[in-house]
Amino acid sequence: MQQLRFDISHNEPLTRDIFRMWLICRSEAGCRALKSVQAGQFANVSINGCFLRRPISICDIDDRRICFVYKVVGKGTAAMSEMKQGEELDILLPLGTGFNADNAGERPLLVGGGVGVPPLLLLARQLISAGKETTVVLGFNTKQDIILADEFRSMGCNLTIVTVDGSEGQKGFVTNALRLTDAGHNHTYYYACGPVAMLKALQKELGISGELSMEERMGCGFGVCMGCTCNTQDGARQVCTDGPVFDSRQLIL
Amino acid sequence: MNSRLNISLGRLRLQNPIIPASGTYGFGLEFAKLYDINCLGALCIKGTTVQPRYGNPSPRIAETEAGMLNSVGLQNPGVDKVTADILPRLRAVYHQPIVANISGFSIEEYVQLAKQMSDAEQVELIEVNISCPNVHNGGMAFGTDPSAAAEVTAAVKAVSDKPVFVKLSPNVTDITRIAIACEQAGADGLCLINTLLGMRIDLRTRKPVLANKYGGISGSCIFPLALRMVNQVSRVCQIPVIGCGGISTASDVIEMMMAGASAVEIGAANLTDPYVCMNIINELPQLMDKLGIDNLSDIIGITAR
Ligand SMILES: Cc1cc2nc3c(=O)[nH]c(=O)nc-3n(C[C@H](O)[C@H](O)[C@H](O)COP(=O)(O)OP(=O)(O)OC[C@H]3O[C@@H](n4cnc5c(N)ncnc54)[C@H](O)[C@@H]3O)c2cc1C
Ligand SMILES: Cc1cc2nc3c(=O)[nH]c(=O)nc-3n(C[C@H](O)[C@H](O)[C@H](O)COP(=O)(O)O)c2cc1C
Repeated sequence: MQQLRFDISHNEPLTRDIFRMWLICRSEAGCRALKSVQAGQFANVSINGCFLRRPISICDIDDRRICFVYKVVGKGTAAMSEMKQGEELDILLPLGTGFNADNAGERPLLVGGGVGVPPLLLLARQLISAGKETTVVLGFNTKQDIILADEFRSMGCNLTIVTVDGSEGQKGFVTNALRLTDAGHNHTYYYACGPVAMLKALQKELGISGELSMEERMGCGFGVCMGCTCNTQDGARQVCTDGPVFDSRQLIL
Repeated sequence: MNSRLNISLGRLRLQNPIIPASGTYGFGLEFAKLYDINCLGALCIKGTTVQPRYGNPSPRIAETEAGMLNSVGLQNPGVDKVTADILPRLRAVYHQPIVANISGFSIEEYVQLAKQMSDAEQVELIEVNISCPNVHNGGMAFGTDPSAAAEVTAAVKAVSDKPVFVKLSPNVTDITRIAIACEQAGADGLCLINTLLGMRIDLRTRKPVLANKYGGISGSCIFPLALRMVNQVSRVCQIPVIGCGGISTASDVIEMMMAGASAVEIGAANLTDPYVCMNIINELPQLMDKLGIDNLSDIIGITAR
């Protein structure tokens, strides 16, 4: 973990309440930190006027830049959405234990729900460049909420979109879509991030091993306050350091 | 090292008054990766109990203007694991005094914890937490009743070779009554304050944000309240006081010491600014120059005198 300063280079709406922010790191130490980022890790962002930092997944990176895709749900994310190009942010990064791409096997399945989709983008990029036949199933409430579909598609993922109201792609939840498509693919492993109800359903329905990314309210984000505890087969674990990504069979949801 | 920052807590001498507060610094190991934690005056470890504890259900964290609420509920691996596994790892990287914060659910548990901790190498001070607002039928019950507070203090004193400081709760009508009771029961010093019991509600779900409903408020928003209590207590007690609550800058440290604190503990600020303790230690000499302070020990309680 490092405390780094980034300058906002873009901050644009993707939907009515989801924004994408690209930030540039000016220091060499920061660029080195970016190189060490593992998909599924997160950043803890300091926001003027908010006491606590805001945990946001690392959606994408390049040599000098980092990308967040975030939904406006309250005070901090609303303030982020108002920030302009050139403004500076104080960020702790990289945090947590991300996805383990080595577990993927040849035909990994990625499942994202709503604002749980962003951390899967970096993972998909890694898996595809490692030559994996990558299937991505993304669920949203409605057509207007869809994010990052073009990015996944242009990477060469096998992409299925699901909306609860059926306004685009298949109708229903990601698990409905999986029931229909799963048989043909015989996936080797899965990675998922999204609402707890979705993670629970996957844990129950998918017959293969996988990794689930969790969300919890955090004090520090680096393992000292014991604020973001979740329960696992091995007892209490911290979402911020042991997770946010956990072995699907370990996690008690 | 800058001797202008030296202070003493009874017979214990510290190179400076900066101590990370219990529960906000883990066992120091994460911070040791960020900076040399030997710059600290002392280091207070996470509240330790006899049995390992899972703590309360999540969510355990909420936010407020200039502060936060927590209902962690003393999650810790238990005293055996702390003394056998964790303290040796801390000692490998840290050579200044360790403050052992202990929480019991009965007098017997406090006694057992004090014995085990006072035998632990490098533990130079026992901090008796009688003020945790997040666990039922324990902790704070001792902190809100002067005779119970005195009883714990005397029992821990009787078995501890190391100085015993009692950590007081602000969730009382008159903190000086508890403070005096602890002093009379033999406490070597006091630490105040622990968190204030509070609450937040999620307007959308209409439910409390914290699964435990209530939680302890800490952070800058409690600083004036903590300052007032430290001032009140240090006016009526002779034993040294560690001031805690909302400190996040070098000037807060000086203000807290002027109010009567001999040393300070820094809590929630570590969570949002992991370098805060180191930065404060580095900034203190300059600020002292500006304020015409030769030695920090000169200003302890200067406002109360
Ligand atoms: C590891 C991790 C990764 C995340 N990645 C993303 C992401 O990529 N994109 C995205 O849009 N959101 C993400 N979130 C959720 C995001 O942290 C919250 O939406 C955000 O903190 C809300 O802040 P606010 O000030 O707008 O809301 P408020 O409700 O005003 O926040 C009040 C407090 O509650 C906390 N909080 C509120 N909702 C959540 C939540 N769902 N999870 C954790 N803390 C919360 C805030 O951090 C703050 O401390 C992630 C959360 C975690 C734990
Ligand atoms: C996440 C968290 C955990 C805490 N755990 C403990 C604890 O285990 N024992 C204890 O005596 N105090 C505990 N405290 C209280 C702090 O040590 C301190 O007394 C309080 O937070 C006020 O100081 P601050 O405003 O600087 O945070 C905890 C506080 C926080 C925020």
